[in-house]
Amino acid sequence: MDLITPEFGLVFWTLITFLVLLFILRKFAWKPILGAVSDREEGIKEALASAENARKEMENLQADNERILQEARAEREAMLKDAREIREQTIAKAETEAQEKASKIIEKAQAAIESEKKAAMAELKSHVAGLSVDIAEKVVREELSNKDKQLKLVENMLGEATLN
Amino acid sequence: MLVNSFNVRTFAPNLKQGIFKPIRMRISTFKNIILSTLFLTVFNIGFASGTKEGGDDEKFDPKEMILHHVKDAYGMHIATLNQGKENEFHLTIPLPVIVYTDKGLTTFSSSAFHHDYHGHEIVERNGQRFVNVHEKVYVLDEGANQVAFDAEGHPTNAHRPKFDLSITRNVFMMWVSIAVLFLIFLTAARRYKKSDDNVPSGIASFVEPLVVFVRDEIARPMIGEHKYKRYMPYLLTIFFFIWINNIFGLIPILNGANLSGNIAFTFTLAAITFIITTFSGNKNYWKHIFWMPGVPVPMKIFLMPIEIIGMFVKPISLMIRLFANITAGHVIILALMSLIFVFKTVAIAPVSVAFSLFITVIEVIVTAIQAYIFTILSALYFGMATEEEHH
Repeated sequence: MDLITPEFGLVFWTLITFLVLLFILRKFAWKPILGAVSDREEGIKEALASAENARKEMENLQADNERILQEARAEREAMLKDAREIREQTIAKAETEAQEKASKIIEKAQAAIESEKKAAMAELKSHVAGLSVDIAEKVVREELSNKDKQLKLVENMLGEATLN
Repeated sequence: MLVNSFNVRTFAPNLKQGIFKPIRMRISTFKNIILSTLFLTVFNIGFASGTKEGGDDEKFDPKEMILHHVKDAYGMHIATLNQGKENEFHLTIPLPVIVYTDKGLTTFSSSAFHHDYHGHEIVERNGQRFVNVHEKVYVLDEGANQVAFDAEGHPTNAHRPKFDLSITRNVFMMWVSIAVLFLIFLTAARRYKKSDDNVPSGIASFVEPLVVFVRDEIARPMIGEHKYKRYMPYLLTIFFFIWINNIFGLIPILNGANLSGNIAFTFTLAAITFIITTFSGNKNYWKHIFWMPGVPVPMKIFLMPIEIIGMFVKPISLMIRLFANITAGHVIILALMSLIFVFKTVAIAPVSVAFSLFITVIEVIVTAIQAYIFTILSALYFGMATEEEHH
């Protein structure tokens, strides 16, 4: 049956036509189209890669920033701590020094007060003794100025002496 | 008559419109062409059924009509007007008949046969007598004045020319199709050249997904990332060449040309695939055919003839698949249409039209599927031929 018998003429023309079609399309259509498509794909790939790189760099930068910030914060913290310590130390030192000085001064003052007190006491004692002698002298003189009083005194003294 | 008046009626207003509204004219003309194409084709089939002499008296033979449509022909017959009347008119694109015989090359127009394909019209050229018997040119033997047929209808006193290189309607449609392909793809390619950023626009944005589809869904998975580029031009060309000719076979007015349903066409393409496969076959490929690795020696000997047969069966299956699918589609549509003339009633027409419309819609899908299958299998064979040894 000639439906399934290839005709030479059509085979011949198909072959020639197809080869011409292949040649022309390859040169003038497939090359530019595929070239454009792959160029664009490359472009997209590159753009994506560079975006990824930029993101990573950004991340790195951010991490760096974070680290630096952290460091700065730590340093500040440390400095503050140091300062606080120094302040406390200074204060403590000053306090102890002041304490010491104060206690020394107080001690000295006490010592001075003590000695002054003793001197004053001694002076007072001697003064009081003189004064009491004077008073006694005056009282005795007064008391013994009349007879009654002398007798009374003797009586009193005698009364006391008996009680003892 | 109907066709005639239809054309006049539809095209006449456009002339008036065209003067003022060129753009609208173009659109409406396009619409009219499609419409008249549809109508013409229905009549084409109808008239073709009666192109035998005697007209209505003779019994309608669907088989002959279908085969006549599916096979190749010397002229591009579009319609017969005023059939059976005095002023019968055949709307035909005459095509050159080119034959090479013992007496050398002879060329004449297919219109010389006067639409006869029963061997009645004798064309004398270059001292030889040519007749057209069922769209095959025969050369009458010396002294014969008329074709004599044997019981099976084969001429007994005539022979085929040595080479028949006629521009038949299939060749003609093939050239129309490559002109359309050039138009589409060269325009698309120019679009890319024009744009600076390779962004597709216009027809390129329609073409690009298809091209990328062939690359990403056919070439890359079948052949492999490293080698697919070499085969891309062939795969793309074959895909679009088959597809467009499948589509052209479905367009009613062009349905005389059943190029991709012609075995000569599919044979040629399958042969090219076979040649490329064979020439790109590497050591590994030939080893798998002649001395299958990894099996015992008796098995190797047993597999060798099978593999050798397989080498040829692959392209033959390509050839038959495309031919059979496309021809079957045409046969079904024509057979459904023939029902009207077999039953000789208009009442069956809605059924016929509905069914053939349904089949046509399926065929539209088949056009793409068959082009895809041919291309993907070709790519698969190339992939097998170039596959590297695995360990």
